[in-house]
Amino acid sequence: MDAFISSYVWPTAIMIGQSLLLLVALLVFIAYILLADRKIWAAVQLRRGPNVVGPWGLFQSFADLLKFVFKEPVIPAGANKTIFLLAPLVSVTLALAAWAVIPLNANWVIANINVGILFVFAISSLEVYGIIMGGWASNSKYPFLGALRSAAQMVSYEVSIGFVIVTVLLCVGSLNLTDIVNAQSDGLGTMIGLPASFLDWHWLSLFPMFIVFFISALAETNRPPFDLPEAESELVAGFMVEYGSTPYMMFMLGEYAAICLMCALTTILFLGGWLPPVDIWILNWVPGIIWFVLKASFVFFMFAMVKAFVPRYRYDQLMRLGWKVFLPLSLAMVVIVAFVLKLMGWA
Amino acid sequence: MRHGFGHWPDGLSGFASWSEGRAFTPSKTKKAPIMGLQVLFFYLFAFIAVASAFMVIAAKNPVYSVLFLILTFFNAAGLFLLTGAEFLAMILLVVYVGAVAVLFLFVVMMLDIDFAELRAGVLEYAPVGALIGLILAAELIIVVGGSTFSPEIAKGIAMPIPAVTERTNTAALGDVLYTHYIYFFQIAGLVLLVAMIGAIVLTLRHRENIKRQSIPRQVARSPETAVEVVTVKPGQGL
Repeated sequence: MDAFISSYVWPTAIMIGQSLLLLVALLVFIAYILLADRKIWAAVQLRRGPNVVGPWGLFQSFADLLKFVFKEPVIPAGANKTIFLLAPLVSVTLALAAWAVIPLNANWVIANINVGILFVFAISSLEVYGIIMGGWASNSKYPFLGALRSAAQMVSYEVSIGFVIVTVLLCVGSLNLTDIVNAQSDGLGTMIGLPASFLDWHWLSLFPMFIVFFISALAETNRPPFDLPEAESELVAGFMVEYGSTPYMMFMLGEYAAICLMCALTTILFLGGWLPPVDIWILNWVPGIIWFVLKASFVFFMFAMVKAFVPRYRYDQLMRLGWKVFLPLSLAMVVIVAFVLKLMGWA
Repeated sequence: MRHGFGHWPDGLSGFASWSEGRAFTPSKTKKAPIMGLQVLFFYLFAFIAVASAFMVIAAKNPVYSVLFLILTFFNAAGLFLLTGAEFLAMILLVVYVGAVAVLFLFVVMMLDIDFAELRAGVLEYAPVGALIGLILAAELIIVVGGSTFSPEIAKGIAMPIPAVTERTNTAALGDVLYTHYIYFFQIAGLVLLVAMIGAIVLTLRHRENIKRQSIPRQVARSPETAVEVVTVKPGQGL
């Protein structure tokens, strides 16, 4: 019995505890990311943004949560009920599931698996299902058009994201996310004799790929300027037209969880994860999780600024950018990086 | 100790690790109970896979069929994970669920099918389907039942296999594909490339007389070349 408890119950309890802790922290973070998004957008447009609920509007997201939860969910008569309700669940579950493998600090990861980056990539390629299912099950033309657009868009940009990940993997030689961060503790900066610093991270050595990844991440998460699946000027709200109350909130939650995931992934792949920007004692003394959150927040700030600045793409331009610009560029970079690594003997 | 998932030929044991060492979610302390859990999860995944595979052909609505197919892929990926083939599991998800099944769903949703008509022929085709199924099942049983390579062949084909703790199966697969069988791999890639170009050539039609956006021309425009300033005299117009 003791063996049973020590080998089954205890590890399971620890695992569940860790997962719950991460989940709660993540949801609170998402609540404030949502608020930050609205505040930044407002600031760019010289508005105040939400400022009524709590000091500086800090509790706005929680008020929204209550409002969504207490509204009555309306299911259209012609909708396919099962899939209609399943779609937001799929969307939010997948977006949260990928966080199991994200390392927030050295050894701070729930599942430290060998193929971590592939797991995240697989999950993010599945996120399209929430949108397609929701769009189809609504049984109405705007949601369906939104669903078709998103299917084409997300599949297209996954290709270039995949190649960007391959270039990073070529430099690192491992699919493990912790290894990817650790590999950035030395690089271009240390090569010319500087101490370990932010110059070693992949953003500098793989700069074009950093840009391609950032823009593809915008497209992959349906963020403006690539938010064509929900383009309100032509499709009302795209795949979300028929959704209200809690199911709608779950779509939003899934979307923002996916955005946070992409921010975290950019941090891990290109911005050195939890590593401090310069290797001096005072910065090393700051916990790694703080650096991680700061970097991810910075990437999110860029996401929010892009939303505020850039007008929406036309659909054919979006496809052109994905297939005719990013795909050849990232494919060429895979070949170039592989050649350089081989010729210089770095791999 | 291995449980009865069938017998692996020795040449495969590099991939068929049992979550030891650096394989999926390594944990030294949980080694013994993992075995019991693995059997449990094997039956869970296998049952759901078979049940949802049956539902693929039994479902009334083709969209449900595709969704059940996706569930089948998921459980197949779970089975791959149990055998330690983590890379294959993830690639199954990325390629089949993330790309192929999306296109299936895309196409099926666009179809305008009369379900009653579609179901009408089921009994007619059932015997043929059952026959093919029986043949496949018989072949599978033969393969699983008699799957031992003769020692000489095994010696000839098997590469020296490092311990699972030293080599992840991603790296092992990479060795096989990119080092030992690089030419076959390249030829397979070439065949795919030709198929892709063929598909593009067959479907590409370049329509004349429509306006196209030329991004380089657009970017190259400047106020001098794009805007003409005209002074209009009052009352005259242009």
